[in-house]
Amino acid sequence: MLKDITLGQYFPGNSVIHRLDPRTKLIMVVVYIVALFMAQSWVGYGLMFLFLAWVVCISTIPPKAILRGLKPLVMILIFTAVLNLFFTREGTVLVDVWIITITTGGINRALMMMARILMLICGTFLLTYTTSPIALTDGLESLLGPLKALKVPVHELTMMMCIALRFIPTLIEETDKIMSAQKARGADFENGSLIQRAKALIPILVPLFISAFRRADELATAMECRCYQGGEGRTKMKLLRYRRPDFAAFGCGAALVCAVAVLRCFGL
Amino acid sequence: MEPILEVKDLSYIYSAGTPFEHKALDQISFRIHRGEFIGVIGHTGSGKSTLMQQLNGLLKPTAGTVLLDGRDIWSDKQLTRQARFRVGLVFQYPEYQLFEETVYKDIAFGPRNMGLDEGEVDRRVREAAGFVGLTEEQLQVSPFDLSGGQKRRVAIAGVIAMEPEVLILDEPTAGLDPLGRSEILGNINAYRRAKNATIMMVSHSMEDVARLTDRLLVLNGANLVMDAPPEQVFTRAEELVDMGLSIPQVTQVFLHLKKMGLDVDKVYTIDQAAEQMMRFKGGNAHA
Repeated sequence: MLKDITLGQYFPGNSVIHRLDPRTKLIMVVVYIVALFMAQSWVGYGLMFLFLAWVVCISTIPPKAILRGLKPLVMILIFTAVLNLFFTREGTVLVDVWIITITTGGINRALMMMARILMLICGTFLLTYTTSPIALTDGLESLLGPLKALKVPVHELTMMMCIALRFIPTLIEETDKIMSAQKARGADFENGSLIQRAKALIPILVPLFISAFRRADELATAMECRCYQGGEGRTKMKLLRYRRPDFAAFGCGAALVCAVAVLRCFGL
Repeated sequence: MEPILEVKDLSYIYSAGTPFEHKALDQISFRIHRGEFIGVIGHTGSGKSTLMQQLNGLLKPTAGTVLLDGRDIWSDKQLTRQARFRVGLVFQYPEYQLFEETVYKDIAFGPRNMGLDEGEVDRRVREAAGFVGLTEEQLQVSPFDLSGGQKRRVAIAGVIAMEPEVLILDEPTAGLDPLGRSEILGNINAYRRAKNATIMMVSHSMEDVARLTDRLLVLNGANLVMDAPPEQVFTRAEELVDMGLSIPQVTQVFLHLKKMGLDVDKVYTIDQAAEQMMRFKGGNAHA
């Protein structure tokens, strides 16, 4: 069913990773991505993998959940791997038929790209799995704070993001309900040609859009009733503060980047 | 007489095999005969809505069977699709499913899905509109320009137009004003009389079910705990209250009168109450 979608779903827990300041986690993801792109050898990738595995381990997120989240990305992975396989001309030529040339360099490159994308996605999944959407937008707002000086409406943007995230489960539930109601009137979503199936979506999309607009309108009214007026002079119930584990995390991140940089200097 | 719908040992579990596993129906069995008006009552979360969706093949039972005219609706694909048309289901707040440009087209959605020819579709749309009291002009306007109560009637007409032998309604009067409520209930009765249809209605109004239904199914915590005519169900007032349900107000009043020593019978509807009071008055006059 639709409810089984787990893209970027929060897994409540109480591990060190869960308790980190959301800003720390956001910064660490950026650091991790930088380190990942600096690594250029299997040794470097091995180091990155060990780091990732260690963090997954202490986050108490079941590895199965992360692997399940990767499923929708299989096509992209295969596509990237195939492109790299055919268009890299390095090393010994293994196959050379018609326009297809496969080289050892190509195989190496394809595998590396796959490893890089996999680790990239797993790392970012870890962020959304261990951080509630509210904490995430809070952290983002705080990190983007300096942009307010440039008249960027940071608070409004993060508020929009927060509301969007909040309404995903609601809209999924709504879709389920409307689908059942139209099925009860004999709508058929599974059979027929591609065009027929696209047309069959109209009875779902129209009510869904109407209900989304209605909800947005009601929410806006409710917010105004409570005198919401944006970020100006607004205080927070949960103040963000860096604590000891956060500094430890920054230390680990710095160590990781240094290690990868050193490996790079040695050509590894 | 053969039952039109028969439910045997029906169980349904949501999200089976995950930490969110939840038993919504547990070994439920009952029979429904042609032309009956059945009321379904139960506390929120007792499995009423889940049960309704089992009866027209929207949800597949985890265990047990649903027989329509003696045949298991899940035994072949064609039968499941047939069940959707023969057992019409009106969801809660059905006005949120409207989508067409005109009321006419929206009511025609169901009959068109049945593969009927245009003449038959037209006849059914007009007849269904008649049952719910929509006028000729209203058929040509956008359903989104109508009032809440009118939208609800359009949505109900959309199901009635499929001419289901069994019409199931999940709280058809929720959120309507008293006039809207009695109109909708009148519409349902009109359809029932005209087509000798079987009606099954989920309701939180004890007054409505006492007045309209022949038999009540009481659900509590995924189990079917009572299956009896309303007058028998409402004699078990204490059990009902324990389940978070109640008995009609007029029944409460008469139970109280009886406690005060007045010689009155048990009463479930306003009409019965009026009759009793007249009898009482008459008796006093003779004494």
